Amino acid sequence: MNTSVDLCGITLDNPVIPASGTFGYGCEFAELYDINILGTFSFKGTTREPRFGNPTPRIAECTAGMINAVGLQNPGVEKVITEELPKLKKVFHKPVMANVSGFSVEDYAHTCALLDKQEQVGWLEVNVSCPNVHGGGMSFGTSPEAAAEVTRAVKAVTKKPVIIKLSPNVTDIVSIAKACEEAGADGISLINTLLGMRIDLKTKRPVIANTMGGFSGPAIFPIALRMVYQTAKAVGIPVVGMGGVNNAEDVIEMMLAGASAVQVGAANLVDPFACKRIVEALPEAMEKYGISDLRSVIGAAVR
Amino acid sequence: MKQALLTIEENALIAPSVFRMRLSGDAGELRPGQFVNIRIDGLFLRRPISVCDHEDGVLTIIYKVVGKGTEALSRMGRGEKLDVLCGLGNGYDLTVPCSRPMLIGGGVGVPPLYYLAKALTAAGKDVSVVLGFNRAEEIFYEDEFKALGAKVAVTTADGSYGIRGFVTDALPENADYFYACGPEPMLKTLYKRTAVPGEMSFEERMGCGFGACMGCSCKTITGSKRICKEGPVLKKEELLW
Repeated sequence: MNTSVDLCGITLDNPVIPASGTFGYGCEFAELYDINILGTFSFKGTTREPRFGNPTPRIAECTAGMINAVGLQNPGVEKVITEELPKLKKVFHKPVMANVSGFSVEDYAHTCALLDKQEQVGWLEVNVSCPNVHGGGMSFGTSPEAAAEVTRAVKAVTKKPVIIKLSPNVTDIVSIAKACEEAGADGISLINTLLGMRIDLKTKRPVIANTMGGFSGPAIFPIALRMVYQTAKAVGIPVVGMGGVNNAEDVIEMMLAGASAVQVGAANLVDPFACKRIVEALPEAMEKYGISDLRSVIGAAVR
Repeated sequence: MKQALLTIEENALIAPSVFRMRLSGDAGELRPGQFVNIRIDGLFLRRPISVCDHEDGVLTIIYKVVGKGTEALSRMGRGEKLDVLCGLGNGYDLTVPCSRPMLIGGGVGVPPLYYLAKALTAAGKDVSVVLGFNRAEEIFYEDEFKALGAKVAVTTADGSYGIRGFVTDALPENADYFYACGPEPMLKTLYKRTAVPGEMSFEERMGCGFGACMGCSCKTITGSKRICKEGPVLKKEELLW
């Protein structure tokens, strides 16, 4: 039973990757289980300067999911390098995926250039899809030109593989993914959260202080799967699938749609052992569906 | 933090819309002021509820039915099992050098103070408790606090029992520290009225409850803190009020 996969030239023991924003910088989960069982994980979205994020409430519950409007709270890239990565080094011995966000093309390049020098960083996952900040984040991921410009700027400052994380809040995901590929991206990850909102019937006001936020959880899985399928069909670079993944079967389904690796997000927040459970369940699920090598299912439903 | 499968031993109505649930099983070590996060069938997010007591392998929580989650919880019965993340948050600081602490609780802010009062009275401190409710029928745990040997004052907003007014109208004068839990307007008034140092427990909508999602962050004098991880208890001097 072989669960290993390749992601942009780096071998993962398995395709399971906790998604950015649901796993901090790893330490909270390292207290619960040995996080080295993971393929890797994508750390909390990091920006050039420290950010407090949005006012609270930042969280709203939905049927089969949740909305968050955290707004990229993080200590800033310098503290991530001087404090978080050294702490992580003690508990995690694999290359980590560095998730980066920004408010200008220069921001992205600056942050990526600093993270490029970090030995622990395996991949740069460039988030052009955060729905919770103004004047940055998602605005770069909703036009092919802007996404390509960020991709080129980041590629110019790093030798590490660059994965561009795309937003589902667009009319044509394929044209954006293709623009990133043409600009030199080594991979595409999707989907970030879907823009959503809730209103409190008692107060008659939006639940989220920022009015809208990103919807995630099992409810979005079919949408995510569809967009992974469309993207994988159109590009020649690896695709990392995510959105509502909650068990080993979901991982295999994402891979059938063309994902080379699979991220798990909201599930970590309600079940802190979700990724451990999924990693441990993979061999049994593979056996059930007659899969001896997980690589063989990547894109099997696309071809 | 510990994930535990706990068994409901009791789920009793003790005041209008207020239930006391007793849960047996290995919840690990729980400190006063900490909370647990309960998974409820059919709802995506867990529900954070403060620890009211923990003794002889029995965890007690007291909750008010305010929405779908607590309503579902209120319909559960003896013998049913709950998936609970235990031992969350920092809890109250029991190492503070004080001898006459006052414990100030409003409504469903009262429960965590019971476990705290138990620890403080056991440590030989002269504990005063002020419990605030809207009206007489909503009062719970007055006798339980008295049984611990604490001096107890009860206030009701409508004057139907005890002292008419709010907890801040009945603060003991000789206290040298305060511990509080209650609605934010109560905490703010307390913050203004008290000359002694103290600490208070806060509420916020949470995603995970264990520090992963940054959903419940707040600003303090010493930087941003997660209510679920560096909180829910914050010291008076770190508040930006």
